[in-house]
Amino acid sequence: MRTIAIIGASLAGLRSAQALRRQGFDGRVVVVGDEVHLPYDRPPLSKDFLLGKCEAVPLADQEDLDELGAEWRLGVRATGLSAGEVSLSDGTTVAADGFVIATGGVARTMPGTHVLRTLDDATRLRDAFAGAQHVGIIGAGFIGAEIASSARALGKEVTVVEALPTPLTRVLGPEMGAACGQLHGDHGSTLITGVNVESVNVDGGIKLADGRLVGADVVVAGIGARPATDWLAGGPVDLNNGVACDAGGVTNLRNVVAVGDVANCAGHRAEHWTSATEQAQVAVRNLLAGETVATHANGGYVWSDQYGVRIQFAGRATNVVRVEDGSIEDRKFVATYRDDRDEDAVVGVLAMSNARLFTRFRRDLR
Amino acid sequence: MIRACALTDLPPGEAVRIVGPHAPIAVFNADGTLYAIDDTCTHQDASLSEGWLEGCLVECPLHAASFDLRTGEPTCLPAKRPVRTYPVRVEDGEVYVDVEVNRDVA
Repeated sequence: MRTIAIIGASLAGLRSAQALRRQGFDGRVVVVGDEVHLPYDRPPLSKDFLLGKCEAVPLADQEDLDELGAEWRLGVRATGLSAGEVSLSDGTTVAADGFVIATGGVARTMPGTHVLRTLDDATRLRDAFAGAQHVGIIGAGFIGAEIASSARALGKEVTVVEALPTPLTRVLGPEMGAACGQLHGDHGSTLITGVNVESVNVDGGIKLADGRLVGADVVVAGIGARPATDWLAGGPVDLNNGVACDAGGVTNLRNVVAVGDVANCAGHRAEHWTSATEQAQVAVRNLLAGETVATHANGGYVWSDQYGVRIQFAGRATNVVRVEDGSIEDRKFVATYRDDRDEDAVVGVLAMSNARLFTRFRRDLR
Repeated sequence: MIRACALTDLPPGEAVRIVGPHAPIAVFNADGTLYAIDDTCTHQDASLSEGWLEGCLVECPLHAASFDLRTGEPTCLPAKRPVRTYPVRVEDGEVYVDVEVNRDVA
């Protein structure tokens, strides 16, 4: 291979470029990104960035970029992929022998709401917060909770609306989801669960399906993301809730791999920071090999910093949960999830503010 | 030199975190050899004393950056900058760290 095009210039795309070099690829690397920014770290956007404690955190400094020697095509969208070339929104094309699809996700939105996915989203939200007294947040997942936490830290009145009876049930199960949901009340935010949002008013208030009105100057939707695959529709790459690929990130075309949030690897699409990095190493290896010689294990590791509490989770949640250390009341504990059929088998671990013990249990999952 | 802990409080595989006027420092017992490094990961705010110790490497508990305890150098991304290392001494069953030596480095 002489030229490899990476479509997507965030974490997964950058790590793929770095992996290519580390694995000895000395040909041309072209990275296409629809944002105008060089790769930056997204997790701080909902936390220190909103708080004004940091600006964009670059994922690569000038020295890294020089070392990488990639061509950056930023501020242009990929509009299609066909045999041997990717077409771009500025009308140009990039011909390549191999392709890494790393276009990530697109935040789901509702009319009248902010979302937080990109640096530009975060900048707009930070500006909007400046003049707001009451912030409404739709969705009590990790992103919604982190935004709520930041808004509280900025002295805003905060109301979080969640459609599920208990937040985070799908990720952590009802018991631990409830434990996380309690953090809102602990810190003076209002959490309303089990009700859908009917609409968001022009002046920002939220109208709930049961008729209640939640006053808010600024409303943020934290209701997930869908894989950014529109540009691949009708093309040669198989799609299925993202880019369909095997456990090594290889698509139906041997010279096309997918990494990060957009990749549906062997039926599982992870939207995690850590998996983006892990997948890049493996997918690039397979791309250079021309076949699947390696697969990645999905560790399912996520973390969330909110209200001064660090939540860490790895593996998968089940109905059998045991608190191993500390207590939920203290908001400092480690809990394990046991296999539903074999309670001795630890298949998941969740911690609040206990990284040390979390790491031990997480290691045993590997 | 500052006292970190009693040696008996730092068995092999364990770590202690010491705070004071200096930057937080983590002291590790790696299979009987003691090492001291800056406790805060150079990537993002996380305590390395809570990390996973394997041989002479410690893995950050947050994003899995790994550092060599002997040199402070990162061995993989996402960390790119080293942590400072400090001399450790054991006297009369007490563990001491020389925080002066590297104070102005890095």
